[in-house]
Amino acid sequence: MHLVYPVVLSALLFCTGVYGVLARRNAILVLMSVELMLNAVNLNLVAFDAWLSRAARAGFPHDGLHSGQALTLFTIAIAAAEIGIGLAIVLAVYRNRGTADIDRLRDTAEDGGGSADTGAGRDDGAGTDDATATATGTGEKAEASA
Amino acid sequence: MTDALDVTLRLLAVFAAFLVLPLVVGQTEHKVMAHMQGRLGPMYAGGFHGWAQLVADGVKFAQKEDVVPAGADRRVFQLAPAVALLPYLLVLLVIPLGPGDAVGQAIDAGVFFALAVMGVGVLGSLMAGWASANKYSLLGGLRTAAQLLAYELPMLLAAASVAMAAGTVSLTGIAGAFEWWWLPWQIVGAVVFFVAGLAELQRPPFDMPVADSEIIFGAYTEYTGLRFAFFLLAEYAGIVVLCGLTTVLFLGGWHGPFGGDGLGWFWTLLKTAALAFVVIWLRVTYPRLREDQLQKLSWTFLVPLALAQIALTGVVKVVIP
Amino acid sequence: MSHGFLSPTGVEVTFLLVGVVTLGAAVVSVTTRQLVHAALWLVVALGGLAVEYLLLTAEFIAWVQVLIYVGSVVVLLLFGLMLTRAPIGRSPDADSGNRGVALGVAVAAAVALVWLVVDAFRTTWIELDGASAGTTEVTGESLFRHWVLPFEALSVLLLAALVGAIVLSRKRNADVDAASSGKAGAARPAGPSTRTAAGAKAAGRAAAGRAAARPGEQGAADAASGDAGRRAEGGER
Repeated sequence: MHLVYPVVLSALLFCTGVYGVLARRNAILVLMSVELMLNAVNLNLVAFDAWLSRAARAGFPHDGLHSGQALTLFTIAIAAAEIGIGLAIVLAVYRNRGTADIDRLRDTAEDGGGSADTGAGRDDGAGTDDATATATGTGEKAEASA
Repeated sequence: MTDALDVTLRLLAVFAAFLVLPLVVGQTEHKVMAHMQGRLGPMYAGGFHGWAQLVADGVKFAQKEDVVPAGADRRVFQLAPAVALLPYLLVLLVIPLGPGDAVGQAIDAGVFFALAVMGVGVLGSLMAGWASANKYSLLGGLRTAAQLLAYELPMLLAAASVAMAAGTVSLTGIAGAFEWWWLPWQIVGAVVFFVAGLAELQRPPFDMPVADSEIIFGAYTEYTGLRFAFFLLAEYAGIVVLCGLTTVLFLGGWHGPFGGDGLGWFWTLLKTAALAFVVIWLRVTYPRLREDQLQKLSWTFLVPLALAQIALTGVVKVVIP
Repeated sequence: MSHGFLSPTGVEVTFLLVGVVTLGAAVVSVTTRQLVHAALWLVVALGGLAVEYLLLTAEFIAWVQVLIYVGSVVVLLLFGLMLTRAPIGRSPDADSGNRGVALGVAVAAAVALVWLVVDAFRTTWIELDGASAGTTEVTGESLFRHWVLPFEALSVLLLAALVGAIVLSRKRNADVDAASSGKAGAARPAGPSTRTAAGAKAAGRAAAGRAAARPGEQGAADAASGDAGRRAEGGER
């Protein structure tokens, strides 16, 4: 098989993940896009490992390292750990704020924080938005965590 | 015979077994449960002690109206039973009946493939629970998923222990390498695997997420007719698969006191049937575990036991080459 | 020997078809407004990738992909979505306002990467015949012969993730919860040390390596389910 096929597919999947990370507002959808990017990298590693471990026949030095496959396994394990922690964080944030919307998590923004509006994410008003968000949030939270 | 014909015949044979064996288990469950509870069970359908009861049930389910709740997500709702059922068919393909090539498809990554594919069945329950637009279904679906995830780990660890003992993950290889003294050696792993498998199937006493006195029917509440029948078929097919896997991994598969290799299939089926009987027996014997007791059992009891079994296997393998 | 692009082998054709399905599912996953559908299309994409791994003869990694990604990661994502009240049907706030910019960046990155890669590897050919380099045996041997140290470091990392997820999911006002999760947490660290004590044959070591990948995401599932279980009990009474 031409190496080009898996590598191009990997590049396209990676860019799909990049679009997802930039365009999505829900925190869990962002995590999903990150998973897509990690999988694209895995495909790349596996393809190169398949090429290099066979290339030994053509005279390339090969010492049974299978680094591509080993690194893929490590990446899969790390991705699993990351998604565990990521989801724990998202759920903790949801419990506290009532929303999983990353545009509204602006506590560390420079003008004193407060939630963003919809649309372009301008910084306006701090207190009232937060209060209503948390008030409706607590109502939703009890049902949500069940 | 040619390759293509061979593969087709094997697939057909496995598919036939997939349809017949769960029905046999189901009918046995009716009768065994009944007699253990001091009653008779089905007696009417088919004339002789109600042998055709499940066939009649199948006809009944097939002629029911296909109802999708108004607020439900149609496509996901309709796909969920297939996602829950197919993994068991795929696993049945790799369970060996006898030595040599008495198996649907011999896959090198045998036990690993089987457990990986069984893990996909969780998605079916989650899809069903969420798509039903019903609070109890969602709650049941979440509980089911939590339970199935929790009990995958002891199953994997126990299977890893016996794979270590055999030196291969191929199911045919493991059953072939079986020695009689493996039975006491791996007994802890066998018990862990069987109990964890029961919880994977949501069979009593682990049926909290689907018990009707708890949560109607959990994730499958809104299902009627043929889709409901598929979920039930998935449960009984799962029993067949679990007993088959336990037999091949821990009880020696086709090894038996007499008959050599020719009668291997008979011993496999006999052991599988005995384990199915134990599954049915457990249903009528124990009260069900509460959800938190269930989780505690898996994480704080079964996982350390399985790890201890792996340690024991490793030590014996190294000390006695 | 030269292999033309205009006469693809059977494997290449299969790879292309599955690749189209995978890419399509990935695109739908990042653009659909129905949250749970996005997760389910992600399942299709990850499954497609598992098939691609099989075509590249990396069987062990294919089954690890199915086991961990499809069987656990996606289930966790669905948990997360359902616990944050994903609605049936379209969700109005699934996409932020940066979609145009994001599309521009993604397309630019795609063009740059694909151009570079095709230019560099235009004539490279993977020889897929012969002994598979991706069986459990081969992978297990290389993992436990050359990669033991990173493997053990990985198990420590997974332990850290496990503990972290549990600590993050505990409720503030439940000191009782703290006590019980402390006990539960204490039982688990025994895991990695007993596993390292078990030095064994190749296939089994590979299987244990895959088992090492489990505790990480199981921690969050346990935390989420523990919460769900407690809330459910409270809700029903």
